[in-house]
Amino acid sequence: MSRSDKHIDEVSGVETTGHEWDGIRELNNPLPAWWLWVFWVSVAVAIIYWVLLPAWPMVTTNTIGILGSSDRVNVANDMAALEAKRGAMWQQLTSVPLESIESNPALLEFAQKAGGVAFGTNCAGCHGSGAQGAKGYPNLADDVWIWGGKLADIQQTIRFGVRSADPETRQSQMPSFGRDEILTKDQINDVVEFVTTLSGGEANAEAAERGRTVFAEQCTVCHGDDGKGNRELGAPNLTDQEWLYGSDKATLYETVFYARRGVMPAWHERLDDPTIRALAVFVHTRGGGE
Amino acid sequence: MSTSTEVNPEKPRVGFDAFLLSALWLAGLVTVLWGAAKTDDPLFAVHMGIFALGFTAMLIWLLRRTGRIMGGTIRQTAYEDDIVRVGTILTVFWAVIGLTVGVVIAAQLAFPTTLSFPDIPYLSYGRLRPLHTSAVIFAFGGTALLTTSFYVVQRTTKARLAGGLLPWFVMWGYQLFIVLAATGYVLGITQSREYAEPEWYVDLWLTLVWVVYLLVFLGTIWKRKEPHIYVANWFYLAFIVTIAMLHIVNNLAMPVSFLGTKSYSAFSGVQDALTQWWYGHNAVGFFLTAGFLAMMYYFVPKRAERPVYSYRLSIVHFWTLIFLYIWAGPHHLHYTALPQWAQTLGMTFSLMLWMPSWGGMINGLMTLSGAWDKLRTDPVIRMLVVSVAFYGMSTFEGPLMSVREVNSLSHYTDWTVGHVHSGALGWVGFVSFGAIYCLVPWLWGRKQLYSLALVEWHFWIATIGILLYITAMWVTGIQEGLMWRSYDESGFLQYTFVETVEAKHWLYIVRMLGGVLFLLGALIMAYNVWRTIRGDVHESESAGKPALAGAQPAE
Repeated sequence: MSRSDKHIDEVSGVETTGHEWDGIRELNNPLPAWWLWVFWVSVAVAIIYWVLLPAWPMVTTNTIGILGSSDRVNVANDMAALEAKRGAMWQQLTSVPLESIESNPALLEFAQKAGGVAFGTNCAGCHGSGAQGAKGYPNLADDVWIWGGKLADIQQTIRFGVRSADPETRQSQMPSFGRDEILTKDQINDVVEFVTTLSGGEANAEAAERGRTVFAEQCTVCHGDDGKGNRELGAPNLTDQEWLYGSDKATLYETVFYARRGVMPAWHERLDDPTIRALAVFVHTRGGGE
Repeated sequence: MSTSTEVNPEKPRVGFDAFLLSALWLAGLVTVLWGAAKTDDPLFAVHMGIFALGFTAMLIWLLRRTGRIMGGTIRQTAYEDDIVRVGTILTVFWAVIGLTVGVVIAAQLAFPTTLSFPDIPYLSYGRLRPLHTSAVIFAFGGTALLTTSFYVVQRTTKARLAGGLLPWFVMWGYQLFIVLAATGYVLGITQSREYAEPEWYVDLWLTLVWVVYLLVFLGTIWKRKEPHIYVANWFYLAFIVTIAMLHIVNNLAMPVSFLGTKSYSAFSGVQDALTQWWYGHNAVGFFLTAGFLAMMYYFVPKRAERPVYSYRLSIVHFWTLIFLYIWAGPHHLHYTALPQWAQTLGMTFSLMLWMPSWGGMINGLMTLSGAWDKLRTDPVIRMLVVSVAFYGMSTFEGPLMSVREVNSLSHYTDWTVGHVHSGALGWVGFVSFGAIYCLVPWLWGRKQLYSLALVEWHFWIATIGILLYITAMWVTGIQEGLMWRSYDESGFLQYTFVETVEAKHWLYIVRMLGGVLFLLGALIMAYNVWRTIRGDVHESESAGKPALAGAQPAE
């Protein structure tokens, strides 16, 4: 059905292509001139970009562009500019001994500022914006420390993490007493009763007494005869009122049955030295530093 | 010209297609039941069970259909319109579902502590977000494309859909894909590729469905009774072919076990990221742009009863769009490990894409010349025209955001979310709604919609919703982009991340309200569609208004 009879649209007076589909025709309008021009201009802009910047892949490398622009160089320059803006005290954070930072008021203020920013960006997601912690994430604003509250201890923890993938990580693992069938459910209930008494909680005296024996056999190696914990092993003090996962009996049962294995990343691969030191000072001065 | 070339009604018969489909579905049923029995992955078993239910439902449907064909109770018509009717209803259904999930996650972002349910993983934002994106893009948008393509290709080729019952395999098979994808997200089955989250076995199923779709579409064009192929069909074909290619390459993966859900991608590192965004960007280009341009090219001239503005423009913008779009993906990876040269290329191809995209807008808007008065009287044509306007706006915003210097501010911010939604709500949503409002009276043989006044309400409520949504996202996006990059005088970040989140709270509520309004509009549409199908006409509009364009197939 070739249509040689051209058809003119009455409204616009423009010729159509003569095709028709289900009542739809097409006008034979030319390309809008402005449209075509803007298209060619955008092509020209693209070509200018290709001449100026790295753009096309070649056999072994790519076109470099006459501006010699490089993202790697740009980032290095930006970082250098930032360091320059931070000034001499930024260098001082690493050049002076860690313990001496807090005795220099100006440097302390600087470290707290730098540490506060780094904390808000990197740490607050788990430890809370006020460092107050949450279930499973220790409160850093109190004086209870699982792995030690001295500046050097805190720095070590930040740098290498807890149960992280780093070989230097702080590492310890409580056994899953229930899941791995080291203790029976009754024994776990008993030891939970006993542990409750350590921090002055109410407990079934009879069960707690049975639990004392279980505790002596299974728990004292890490948590100590008195249950006061051992920072070398990251074993928490069980006699105080601070609980990472909760002190109610159901939670304690879960802890003993499955054990906990909270992880903190090793930050030394992501943060530079001055930032880690500033963070250590910031955490140390939240209120509970030793 | 084109006198009444009636399509020859084919004689009702049960043919090879019915045997092929029943064999396929039976074989599928046996395979998935075997899989469910053998696997020790409970989630895999659940999915095999859903497959089994789907195959069984399709078998029952096939038996009833063949029964009706043999009994002669199916009135054989020139066009296969039953499938378009089913698809239209499904499109409305998925619109409501997808938008509802969108409102839910918008509320979760506005009230993150109140609406967080740590003990119910199925309601976590991370699972509901892909449910929303897939429900609106693939369930609503995809079903709209299947449905309209089946309608348009028949009308513009004067041929009945090819393949007998195979188009039904495509429609039902695609719905099964949607259900598998959606249940997978909620259950936690994902391969973590954005907009391509379903795992390997669901991907394989979609591949089969899509290849059959391509064959049905090509077959229909092959037996066309028109000498030329209409522009809408070029766009539908580009959409079908390219999505097949994107889907297959992006989902190349090795299952850990053929009896388990988990698989590993064939790509790693930055190659993986680039493959993902080559796919992701072209899903926007060929699913959400080319496919819906096809819809626009039929429904706008049809409804306006005006010729398409420029045949030449349609050719030039089609080929430039197709050629340039496929290169633009790297602009999603500016300032990442992707080599800088690839970033420059992605950005420059995005810039060159601006006018080819606008070619569709010009052809859509200028088609109205001589019929601008209809904007006043017909809210359906207004919806279609506003969709084209939103298309023009977001295809200007896209190239702008692809410029590296702009992207360094906009990337990872809500500006991107706003950009996507001006395209998704304004363009994809409105053009589909317009098509539905056209199709329902035509398909069910009604003189008019139940109520044009309700379309008017839908239009205004949804438009206000879109404006609230995108302006809220522009403000929060630029605000957080500026907050992230601001340093104090001693060279430290001015704001912590959580402060930038807190600063967005009120505008997140505004965004949620925008979503609620858009959903409300869709509910009004669902009601209007339902009443129209029932054959009702609102009393204030029953005074014999002239039948709207296309109430009868032309000629």
